[in-house]
Amino acid sequence: MSELEFSLLIFLGSLLAGGVGALTGLGGGVILVPLLVLGFKVDLHYALGASLISVIATSSGAASAYVREGYSNLRIGMFLEVATTLGALLGAHLVGILPKSWVATVFGVALLYSAFQSFQDRYKDGQPSTVPSDPLAVRLRMESTYPTPQGLQPYTVHRVLGGFSLMGVAGMLSGLLGIGSGAVKVLAMERVMGLPYKVSTTTSNFMIGVTAAASAGVYLSRGYIDPLLAMPVMLGVFLGSLLGARILSKAAPGRLRLLFVGVIALLGVQMIYQGLRGGL
Amino acid sequence: MTDRKMEILLGNLLRLGVLVAGAVVLGGGLLELISHGSQGVDYSVFRGEPASLRSLTSVLQGAVATKPKHLIQIGLLLLVLTPVLRVALSVLLFAQQRDGTFVGITLWVLGVLLYSLAL
Repeated sequence: MSELEFSLLIFLGSLLAGGVGALTGLGGGVILVPLLVLGFKVDLHYALGASLISVIATSSGAASAYVREGYSNLRIGMFLEVATTLGALLGAHLVGILPKSWVATVFGVALLYSAFQSFQDRYKDGQPSTVPSDPLAVRLRMESTYPTPQGLQPYTVHRVLGGFSLMGVAGMLSGLLGIGSGAVKVLAMERVMGLPYKVSTTTSNFMIGVTAAASAGVYLSRGYIDPLLAMPVMLGVFLGSLLGARILSKAAPGRLRLLFVGVIALLGVQMIYQGLRGGL
Repeated sequence: MTDRKMEILLGNLLRLGVLVAGAVVLGGGLLELISHGSQGVDYSVFRGEPASLRSLTSVLQGAVATKPKHLIQIGLLLLVLTPVLRVALSVLLFAQQRDGTFVGITLWVLGVLLYSLAL
């Protein structure tokens, strides 16, 4: 295949990955890596490098829209970044050490987990907690408000240290797999720290870019980031996520999630199969 | 400055960073495809990028000589630097709020990021 054809095809694939990523709130990386590895026969290391770049593009691109609406919590995000950046550094170092088949298998498991998570989230709740905040959260002034149809709604923050440790795991997965691991981040904030769903997803979106930047240096110096591959990926994912965010307001989210669950569960099974068989 | 105003400022910074990085990547990509578009590509075997594309200084040197691949790589590095810049700006803004704890936390995050990029 010529460079031009290859770039165009990757661009179209990334457009799709970015669009679906934005629509489902899981980011593009989780679709991009299997697409590159299984669809385009790209070596896993190159795919991880390109995916990492796509993660930063979507995170930074979407963040400007989210912050204007006043959902994301800068203090919580920055505090939890301490755990995710350290985890990411560790994970990025492990890529060069762990065998490829292991990384593929872990990726497959992460996909299946994301599918399960999305499936559970298909009927999103929204009960504000009435229990007072964790004293640490109060000391760090993490409590804040977020916009709802009824006006600004204050919220409380719980189990800060529990969320913090889970974020370390999220960071490690991100460095190891070149993904944003948004699903784990949202889980840590929503389920463990008790934050409202929209605060969790938008703060997670902000954090994803910073976490990915922490592994980017290691990826670059090891030669995982190929400019010719990353070029169509970055441009495609970025455009795709802008389009996806536009469609989001009109689409039926329940059906979208269900479609997404099916697709990534299938990809997850395939990644695990390839990883265990050693076909990568 | 309130947290809210900070967020808006930081959000705009992110958007600007992505747009500039995207433009550089697109420019380098077009140059590359015009000159080498018909060459074959194969990513099925991992060889790793050549040394000139692996570090900040060598990428900069290549970009100054307007080598297309190096230009793309500069665009990608600009993209990576955008969240780093956002963290750096947060340090100043927390300092302005006289929030010593968060200045410390943010400086720590910035330190880890810079350490990873300097590797």
